[in-house]
Amino acid sequence: MAFIQNLINGIGLGSVYAIIALGYTMVYGIAKMLNFAHGDIIMIGGYVAFCTYTYLGWPVVAAIVASIIICTLLGITVEFLAYKPLRGATSLAVLITAIGVSYFLQNIALIIWTSNTKSFPNMVSFMPSVSIGDITISGTTIITIFACILIMVGLTTFTSKTKLGKAMRAVSEDRGAAELMGINVNVTISLTFAIGSGLAAIAAILFLSAYPTLIPTTGSMPGIKAFTAAVFGGIGSIPGALIGGILLGVIEILAKAYISTQLSDAIVFAVLIIVLIFKPTGLLGKKIREKV
Amino acid sequence: MKKMINKSTVTSFINYGIVIALFAVFQTLSATGNLSRQLTGLLIPICAYVIMALALNLVVGISGELSLGHAGFMSVGAFSGVITAAALQNSVTNDVARFVIAVVVAALIAAIAGLIIGIPVLRLRGDYLAIVTLAFGEIIKNVLTCLYIGVDSKGLHISAVSEEALGLEATGKAIVKGPMGAVGIMKISTFISGIILVLIALFVIQNLINSRTGRAIKAIRDNRIAAEACGLNVVKYKLIAFVTSAAIAGSAGALYAMNYSSITPKKFDFNTSILVLVFVVLGGIGNLTGSIIAAIVLVALPELLREFSDYRMLVYAVVLILVMIISNNQKTRAFIGKIFGVFKKKKEGEDN
Repeated sequence: MAFIQNLINGIGLGSVYAIIALGYTMVYGIAKMLNFAHGDIIMIGGYVAFCTYTYLGWPVVAAIVASIIICTLLGITVEFLAYKPLRGATSLAVLITAIGVSYFLQNIALIIWTSNTKSFPNMVSFMPSVSIGDITISGTTIITIFACILIMVGLTTFTSKTKLGKAMRAVSEDRGAAELMGINVNVTISLTFAIGSGLAAIAAILFLSAYPTLIPTTGSMPGIKAFTAAVFGGIGSIPGALIGGILLGVIEILAKAYISTQLSDAIVFAVLIIVLIFKPTGLLGKKIREKV
Repeated sequence: MKKMINKSTVTSFINYGIVIALFAVFQTLSATGNLSRQLTGLLIPICAYVIMALALNLVVGISGELSLGHAGFMSVGAFSGVITAAALQNSVTNDVARFVIAVVVAALIAAIAGLIIGIPVLRLRGDYLAIVTLAFGEIIKNVLTCLYIGVDSKGLHISAVSEEALGLEATGKAIVKGPMGAVGIMKISTFISGIILVLIALFVIQNLINSRTGRAIKAIRDNRIAAEACGLNVVKYKLIAFVTSAAIAGSAGALYAMNYSSITPKKFDFNTSILVLVFVVLGGIGNLTGSIIAAIVLVALPELLREFSDYRMLVYAVVLILVMIISNNQKTRAFIGKIFGVFKKKKEGEDN
């Protein structure tokens, strides 16, 4: 029974990783860049939700919407100011810029909200926990898994059915050809950042409702884990992000429960390395053929 | 006569010259008491970071692989160095000899770690390689956080549970205490030993780069397929660069750790790896002189900006972003090119 309980908790945590991983994977697919500042957008989303909910006393829905809007705008702004001037630059230059943005956001948060730990309120407490026999599933876990499924279905429909979604896929396939077909590449990239950052806000609220410590570096560890999840599933692939995220969450919780709490991160990363050795482009990654 | 000295030799000697000149400057400054206390305390960390930047430049710049976990090797070196020094405290009484042995052991163990990590990792490419090095860095940090090591008359005791589980004799002492890291370190690093290590690192890297092996490594970086077609063993050469870099990073770690009385595994996390990568990129990828200067300036800068304590990291971040944009954007590059173009033409005109 305890095993099933752990498994469900793992899927809950994994769903959060999956939502964050989507932001990484979509941006990587389209802009071919590792957006290391994504974790810090999560942190900003957390602070915005915290302030509007606790200090301003807004209702839960309003706080969540405010957080999503701020994060979306932040994502677009960051893309416009820092990444757009670097189109066509080496990937290392873009990576360092992303790290610069990450430092910037962390230090802005440090100045505005100081380094004092804030205890994030459970914003999805309206959902009661459910007990089946010995197993108790917390309301937060239910909401998280539900939100993850909803987002996955929504995004898959968006990228396969709508014109903008198809444009996104076209740009990730071949940017030059997409441009020749009349797709506005810059708008498409901005849109990707907007969606990824909006999802980061949702992930922030779900993650912090379960793990309520809010400090300026809150975003970095889930960020790195979710990035690992994206690579795990095959970076650039949306279903890959889901599978990678959930597997990572389950492995982490099971490792914590049965092996060692301190070593759980090491185990997660070790599994990642083993997967990459046998499948060098991740579980669902495309094989890239080299042309000479 | 002029043709006998080639360009790379000149660059090598310029680098040695810069390091020795900087040493002379800092040494005179501190001897005459003109160096602030903060900066004096930073001299050894600066040396360690310069060595780290040189080591990472060998991987990123010369071998063309992105490593995001180099702090892991620094960590391995730091802890093995500290443990060696503590274990030899009674048998080797001379500080200098103990320091040398500790650094050599640190480099060797870091090299072994580099070999273990390099063999699976170097089969991957590009961003996947980056993420795996990141993962290894985190694993090393995590494992070291759980490790307890002590020494007594029977030798080294290792445990992954707690300090008590070491079963030390009454005269023995714990060197590494899990999350608390290594404690009670003898501070035997000196500025001179740091500078000598920098020179050794430079010597090793520059000779490697300008050797037949180095040319093979660069050929693989520039075109893997063509190099393979010429009969070069890609994995072997990449491994040579990676392991050399890991060994040098390990010695930097030992130097760094033996400058403090205690050190935690958390000190060498992802952020440290990134910090060193920033030195390499800002100094110019593949440019050793640039790495040296960038590491010195960027380690000293936040300390010198202490007065603006809250804003210094913010300024650092903004400067980082601006430098990257200015140096990589095509428009700004063309603009800078034009300005320098004007100067060049003027100079040529003067020459005529």
